[in-house]
Amino acid sequence: MQRRLHPEQPDGFEFSPSNLAWAKSQIAKYPAGRQASAIIPLLWRAQEQEGWLTRAAIERVSSMLGMSPMRGLEVATFYFMFRLSPPGSVAHVQVCGTTTCMICGAEDLVEVCRRRIAPAPHQVSEDGKFSWEEVECLGACANAPMAQIGKDYYEDLTPEIFEGILDRFAAGEVPRPGPQNGRYASEPKSGLTSLESLDGEAPAASPSVALALEMGDTVALVGNAEGRG
Amino acid sequence: MLADQDRIFTNLYGMADCGLAGARARGHWDGTAGIIAKGREWIVAQIKESGLRGRGGAGFPTGLKWSFMPRASDGRPHYLVVNADESEPGTCKDREIMRHEPHALIEGCLVASFAMGANACYIYIRGEYVRERELLQAAIDEAYEAGLIGSNAANSGWDFDLYLHHGAGAYICGEETALLESLEGKKGMPRMKPPFPAGAGLYGCPTTVNNVESIAVAPTILRRGASWFAGFGRPNNQGTKVFAISGHVNNPCVVEESMSIPMRELIDRHCGGVRGGWDNLKAVIPGGASVPCLPKALCDEAVMDFDWLSQHKSGLGTAAVIVMDRSTDVVKAIWRLSKFYKHESCGQCTPCREGTGWMMRVMERLVEGNAHPGEIDMLFDISKQVEGHTICALGDAAAWPIQGLIRHFREELEDRISARRRPESALAAE
Amino acid sequence: MTELRKVVIDDLEIEVEPEFTLLQACEQAGVEIPRFCYHERLSIAGNCRMCLVEVVGGPPKPTASCAFQVKDLRPGRDGSPPRVSTNSPMVRKAREGVMEFLLINHPLDCPICDQGGECDLQDQAMAYGVDFSRYREPKRAVEDLDLGPLVETHMTRCISCTRCVRFTTEVAGVEQMGQTGRGEDAEITSYLNSTLDSNLQGNIIDLCPVGALTSKPYAFTARPWELRKTETIDAMDALGSNIRVDAKGSSIMRILPRNHDGVNEEWISDKTRFVWDGLRSRRLDRPYVRKGGKLQAATWDDALGAAAKALARGNSAAAIAGDLAPVEAMYALKRLMEGCGGKVECRVDGARLPAGNRSAYVGNARIEDVGRAGRIVLVGCNPRVEAPVFNARIRAAWLAGAEIVAVGQTADLTYECRHAGTGRDSLTALAQETFERPDADRTMVVVGQGALRGADGEAVLSLAMRIAGQGLGMLVLHSAASRVGGMDIGFNCDGGIDAALEGADTVYNLGADELDIPEGPFVIYQGSHGDRGAKRADVILPGAAYTEEHGTFVNTEGRPQLAAQAAFPPGESKSNWAIVRALSSAMGNPLPFNTIGQLQREIAEHHPVVASLDEIADCEWRPLPEGKLLKGEFPPIIENFYQTNPIARASAIMAELAASSDRPKQVAAE
Ligand SMILES: Cc1cc2nc3c(=O)[nH]c(=O)nc-3n(C[C@H](O)[C@H](O)[C@H](O)COP(=O)(O)O)c2cc1C
Ligand code: SF4
Ligand code: FES
Repeated sequence: MQRRLHPEQPDGFEFSPSNLAWAKSQIAKYPAGRQASAIIPLLWRAQEQEGWLTRAAIERVSSMLGMSPMRGLEVATFYFMFRLSPPGSVAHVQVCGTTTCMICGAEDLVEVCRRRIAPAPHQVSEDGKFSWEEVECLGACANAPMAQIGKDYYEDLTPEIFEGILDRFAAGEVPRPGPQNGRYASEPKSGLTSLESLDGEAPAASPSVALALEMGDTVALVGNAEGRG
Repeated sequence: MLADQDRIFTNLYGMADCGLAGARARGHWDGTAGIIAKGREWIVAQIKESGLRGRGGAGFPTGLKWSFMPRASDGRPHYLVVNADESEPGTCKDREIMRHEPHALIEGCLVASFAMGANACYIYIRGEYVRERELLQAAIDEAYEAGLIGSNAANSGWDFDLYLHHGAGAYICGEETALLESLEGKKGMPRMKPPFPAGAGLYGCPTTVNNVESIAVAPTILRRGASWFAGFGRPNNQGTKVFAISGHVNNPCVVEESMSIPMRELIDRHCGGVRGGWDNLKAVIPGGASVPCLPKALCDEAVMDFDWLSQHKSGLGTAAVIVMDRSTDVVKAIWRLSKFYKHESCGQCTPCREGTGWMMRVMERLVEGNAHPGEIDMLFDISKQVEGHTICALGDAAAWPIQGLIRHFREELEDRISARRRPESALAAE
Repeated sequence: MTELRKVVIDDLEIEVEPEFTLLQACEQAGVEIPRFCYHERLSIAGNCRMCLVEVVGGPPKPTASCAFQVKDLRPGRDGSPPRVSTNSPMVRKAREGVMEFLLINHPLDCPICDQGGECDLQDQAMAYGVDFSRYREPKRAVEDLDLGPLVETHMTRCISCTRCVRFTTEVAGVEQMGQTGRGEDAEITSYLNSTLDSNLQGNIIDLCPVGALTSKPYAFTARPWELRKTETIDAMDALGSNIRVDAKGSSIMRILPRNHDGVNEEWISDKTRFVWDGLRSRRLDRPYVRKGGKLQAATWDDALGAAAKALARGNSAAAIAGDLAPVEAMYALKRLMEGCGGKVECRVDGARLPAGNRSAYVGNARIEDVGRAGRIVLVGCNPRVEAPVFNARIRAAWLAGAEIVAVGQTADLTYECRHAGTGRDSLTALAQETFERPDADRTMVVVGQGALRGADGEAVLSLAMRIAGQGLGMLVLHSAASRVGGMDIGFNCDGGIDAALEGADTVYNLGADELDIPEGPFVIYQGSHGDRGAKRADVILPGAAYTEEHGTFVNTEGRPQLAAQAAFPPGESKSNWAIVRALSSAMGNPLPFNTIGQLQREIAEHHPVVASLDEIADCEWRPLPEGKLLKGEFPPIIENFYQTNPIARASAIMAELAASSDRPKQVAAE
């Protein structure tokens, strides 16, 4: 699949004031003259602001960093988390399809996506709310199969649970991320085999789940007060 | 079995306080200034003596790597870059360290940077780990506020800045020079070596790239002593190690264990055994996607360390154990890895750019049995044409799983081909 | 100097610089190493993997010889020199493998490919490949690009060697090309399919080792083996780029660069490369004489007779030489004018180049010296349009750390340049600053014609010479191929062009089409194209173009080079020196040479500096006396790069480029 910009593009791009301030703070992390280092974080923030990466955003970010737009385009098309077409308005679902997840049932999850969302990856569902793709290993293999939705990982899935999660997103809720089979994190599900003294000590949610619940921003756009429709 | 008091990551599951207070209570940040006061040479010598080998996959001795950094700066700054790209299929151990034991990593960054004369360190975390990034950043902020990093870090007299940087979806950025390119704002295309990063790495300055786990274990080693760490595992394979076991086991999990633990013990003790019992085992990929799989017969006696696994034509890699029971279509499982490598090839060198796609397509046909028997050898040959002929080891990584499959499951491939060819030849005879 | 290292290549022990790559060492040992991505004038990519060799006793896998330096080899255990094998089974297997990978997705369309017959891939497949394919999968197809009127693309043939990307970014200095995507879907492309904004872009056609980038104007016109190849010299600017002109019958089909380390390395500008269609159109292929106010075709006898009559009748004649005139024609014309008491002048643009002082009108620095400079001061010139290939050298110096300072009009030169002002006062200030700098001795000054056209031209030159005197020297950047040769043989008069034309009743115009000759005098025009000069002519003597006769051109650094005849002049047109010789006969006072050899011997006798081919004569450094600078800016001298001479103006390709370079860019860089 050749990575191309979307045929329909908005006219311009500007960072929101808060994102612009954030972008400047990122550039400051790198030595003088090395501001190009900030390109991934800035493109990413542009995507978080708009939901996808537009040509105008690539050009804006490149010029902010003193790079030619060609170098910006190279970066935007090399890294696959950059979404070059508009996703579903509620969520873009990324199902891990690599070997561990595959042998633990990821193909069934993909089937759910095809049926419930759209037959092809990156295609937006009829109601405009969802899009999906199969991605490569997301680094949560001990909790396979799993999918990333927005910022969060939904782990230890079954097709039924997964579909339930999509239903709740469709209804405007943000389901609790993390393991869906009662596990806390990546410990053995039938009980601890090490560090047993911590059993029962743990707070209700693991740090990443707690953070997601606290922020409530699993699928929210950043720096755009209106959020998504 | 490793006792809890010998575990470095005593909050691996995040059940205790992950913040600074909790980390301190578990012994992190204890006497950091004192460690630094012992000097660079001492630290490097201790790490060498501990037998720690890189936890990022290649197993290069960590102390030796640190010793490659120039003794004194020639005016260029030195950098430590921590490889938190964790994208090797099957691997999910650094994630647990970053979200649940961030202070182990941060303290490690300080100590290791000091040992290399680096006043700045970048952690490159894969883009998909959003919450992990947020949690780690919070811990970094906390450490700054507590004066543990920043100028005169932890009252050691050493000025130290730590920055978190993220990627955006490219496995190749785990390769250390691709990671540096990416960190410089370019496509993650591996560089040719020499020059090695210790001579010219990030921004052309002396740089060491280490895996998260390699760095995070360092402070505890220095606190408890090289010989304590070296006491686990077999010679040349010492220490404790975070394993990630996934796939067809009853309880997949991430767990810190002693090096050289027998594979079966690891699986039985922590994972509740193979789904359907040990005899239901078909194959195991013992070290992440890049290493060849082992059939059950070898798994029976497999020892989880660098030497045993490489002697048996596989590898410890990232100690990501992918277990496949007898229900698994092992050809398809390996095809899926071929698809992964084809997807992740950066595209600069010919054998990898062209070979990964070719191998994937032949594998695709082999899954169906839609091939000529001679194509098994051809595939093996193609994999040999990729292996060793590329800039970085992704080419090798793409070749090895296929070679492992052909080595151990050739009959299965042949059966599939003949099963499919029989009706075909019948048709042709008509 | 660093100590040489011993290394054994196959069985031959050689000594090479430690910085040499294994590939260079192999070349020195006379062993050819196949390669696609490596190019000695570009950065090392190491991506094609064709150049793999075996380091004996080294790693168990082959090493990319283009990227590995000799100094990184380890000697044998017994201290014996390291060994490299280029034909071991490991190496042969590796090459076969890479070759196979390169071909699996390459279309087998050699019969219809313009690269056919001069394709690296084709050649190397024959030499190193196996002759059957094991690939059963569908081949990849890639969309073509529209890079503009010069470079045709067939991207399915691309092997991703990235030479074009490296050339355009590194040498040409335009960041428009890149490789998007990754893995087998990676694509070489220009930014969103934009046309390339570089007058050096044609070089990527030569660099492309396969037929992915080919010449659009040349497309399907000829096969390489049908062509007659002539090694000669370019005249589109004053650099004297070494070129090869390929002709089929009497038509010139294409122009390619030849390597000359001191001059153009192996690049040429797009005007040099693509101007050839201008050699076919608007040609003056027969003599004309003006009768009743109208130019009418005439015989040579009539035309020469009319010209002879005008010169004989006149009291004062002047001969002027345009930008494309070879030394031989100018010398002959000068002799002719001496016979009839006329003046001669080659400084038709009014540049105040001081006659007789070669150190001032050429300078004392060489083109190559740019590479040694720590600081380059550009005075009144825009090298990007006046000499694009030279500009690439300045860019290379800048990339290597040189500081560039310019006085004159601002322009995008493809490198960072401190603009110190537009006019004379800025130059004065800059001179003062330079005198005080500790690195004044690493400064090189480049003076363009824009700085020398004012009445104070000599004073400007004097100041430039003073800045340069403390440093690496001065190079006068000429824009006319004929100019230095003209000055060398004294084709000039006191008072310059104004004095020459003042009161002249007959003007002999040898191809000076850029100059408007005032109403009044009788004009004899000798030239190749029906351009401006011909319109103002009373007699037209049709002459050869620079590709159609032997002739000497002295380049901007004072290097004489011989242009060779690659095709015959069309119709009745003749060699320029021979026309002058014929006219002298018609005037009854034949010049004393019957062949170009005799003529060249006579020139050599009187003007040895132009006779020692490819050598730059030493000349005494004679700073000009200080003079008073006037006020004002240094003007640009080239309005449109693609339209600077009659041949370029006759070229449809140049016209298209000129039109598109006037249009606003499709993709604004912001
Ligand atoms: C294709 C490829 C991907 C890699 N990915 C990772 C990774 O995700 N994390 C990691 O730590 N090392 C990875 N490595 C290994 C690194 O190149 C490097 O060896 C390692 O970070 C060094 O750290 P260590 O010495 O602490 O093991 C990868 C190597 C290759 C060739
Ligand atoms: S082996 Fe593959 S991933 Fe590595 S540099 Fe070459 S093309 Fe890129
Ligand atoms: S010529 Fe060396 S890798 Fe291409």
